[in-house]
Amino acid sequence: MTPVIHTSGLARTFHTKRGTVEAVRGIDLTVPAGEILGFLGPNGAGKTTTLRMLTTLLAPTGGSAAVAGHDLLRDPAGVRRRIGYVAQSGGVDPGVSVREELTTQARLYRLDRAAARARTAELAAELDLADLLDRPCAALSGGQRRRLDIAMGLLHRPEVLFLDEPTTGLDPGSRVDLWALVRRIRDDWGTTVFLTTHYLDEADALADRLVVVDHGRVVAEGTAHALKTEYAGSPDASLQDAFIAITGRRVPAPAETPIAV
Amino acid sequence: MSTPSAPSTASAPAAPATPGPNTPSASAALLADTLLIFGRYLRQTLAARVGLVFGLLQPLLFLVLFGPLLREVPLGGKGDSWQTLVPGLLVQLGLFSAAFAGFGILIEKQQGILERMRVTPVSRVALLLGRVLKDIVQLLVQSLLLVLVGVAFGLRAPILGMLVGFGFVALMTASIASLSYALAMRVDSPQEFAPVVNSVNLPLMLLSGILLPMSLAPDWLDGLSRANPLRYVVLAVRSAFVGDYGGTVGTGALAALGLTAVSVPAAVRLFRRAGA
Repeated sequence: MTPVIHTSGLARTFHTKRGTVEAVRGIDLTVPAGEILGFLGPNGAGKTTTLRMLTTLLAPTGGSAAVAGHDLLRDPAGVRRRIGYVAQSGGVDPGVSVREELTTQARLYRLDRAAARARTAELAAELDLADLLDRPCAALSGGQRRRLDIAMGLLHRPEVLFLDEPTTGLDPGSRVDLWALVRRIRDDWGTTVFLTTHYLDEADALADRLVVVDHGRVVAEGTAHALKTEYAGSPDASLQDAFIAITGRRVPAPAETPIAV
Repeated sequence: MSTPSAPSTASAPAAPATPGPNTPSASAALLADTLLIFGRYLRQTLAARVGLVFGLLQPLLFLVLFGPLLREVPLGGKGDSWQTLVPGLLVQLGLFSAAFAGFGILIEKQQGILERMRVTPVSRVALLLGRVLKDIVQLLVQSLLLVLVGVAFGLRAPILGMLVGFGFVALMTASIASLSYALAMRVDSPQEFAPVVNSVNLPLMLLSGILLPMSLAPDWLDGLSRANPLRYVVLAVRSAFVGDYGGTVGTGALAALGLTAVSVPAAVRLFRRAGA
């Protein structure tokens, strides 16, 4: 079966006043269709840069990649038509109504007016947003806002959904709800989900497979079970221990992870 | 190894795999996307009605609180003082509103809205042109209001001259708003954006003869202002407001078109390139 994401030596170098920074040195990645992939790494490991390249926001300076059957370098427009991307910051205007944001986004994905309206109603029902359509986005709670952000990425029925830190800032209840939603998106629609996260419990609970990057390269990959067994010595060990063994660093996100050092 | 040779049949040029920028489907998509972006921002502007009035406030204050002072002042031009002042205020309105147009995109950048749009297949150029089109429409409505208040205060000018003036406002808005969006794409925060705009705007305004004609200026100041394209635009609109559509309007049109021909493509290039 053709993988939905395949990269080979994908690299990005930045030229700054202080010199050349190799943010991503060469990522080799294969993601089969229908997988929920957790993309982990310490801050500065190259997670965000990789995500930005895979979603066409940043041009790679080396290597090659195909996403959803389209070459990332030669046909970024083809990739855009088949992927959804939900940034950490979301990307809805607080002053605009939920309905307007959804229908306009659907139109940006080239749905015609009637189809955009129909798809907005359909997704709003699926994602429990139907009662909120005429509210301004600013009036939504954190969990509602996240569901809207995800709906914005699903209007065109993408093959792959990229989620950047999807539960950062959510209360525990909303986090668990969001995990269930992500699983449902994969189970019901077969959507491949590529998610970055700072939360190891989230990676453990949600992802079928984990890829750990550090210093701009993939340093480990496998199921949470396999990583714990291989790097922490036992499948009953914590993913935290495996992560420390892999990266030599304590936690992926000093600011966000509620673990005392 | 033989050197690669040209295809034997010259009759069938290879069709591009994806529509190029000039194929009908690409232009149709560009137009549709531009109108979509235009509609989004027009609805937002209409929803926040205060914005329309707010931009008008400064030129209206000049019109109401400064204009009457000029009634008996010899300004050296043709027509009366309203025919000198109102064209200047039109250009001032266009300059200041359009120069701060990029502020909106800066906020949207911080909220992730621009990025969210850039991962859709929407034309990158439409993200610019739709916004610029909305700015033009907004400025034209504001210009009409400004002129109407001017008429209430005693401005008399031919309808055609006013229409020519609006044409200049539209061209100016297209070029200056494009530059403003281009700047907003290059900087990261309002704190970087505003000082640049202010430090360009004020000398541009003072050196264009917006408030008082440059014919009152000493030679060195007059000479300096000749390097400012807006000077010719102001002169052209004043000329149109007294019903003279000759060389001055032509020179102004050249300056405005020249400015547009440089700034819009520059901004288009930047929007195409930014990201990927």
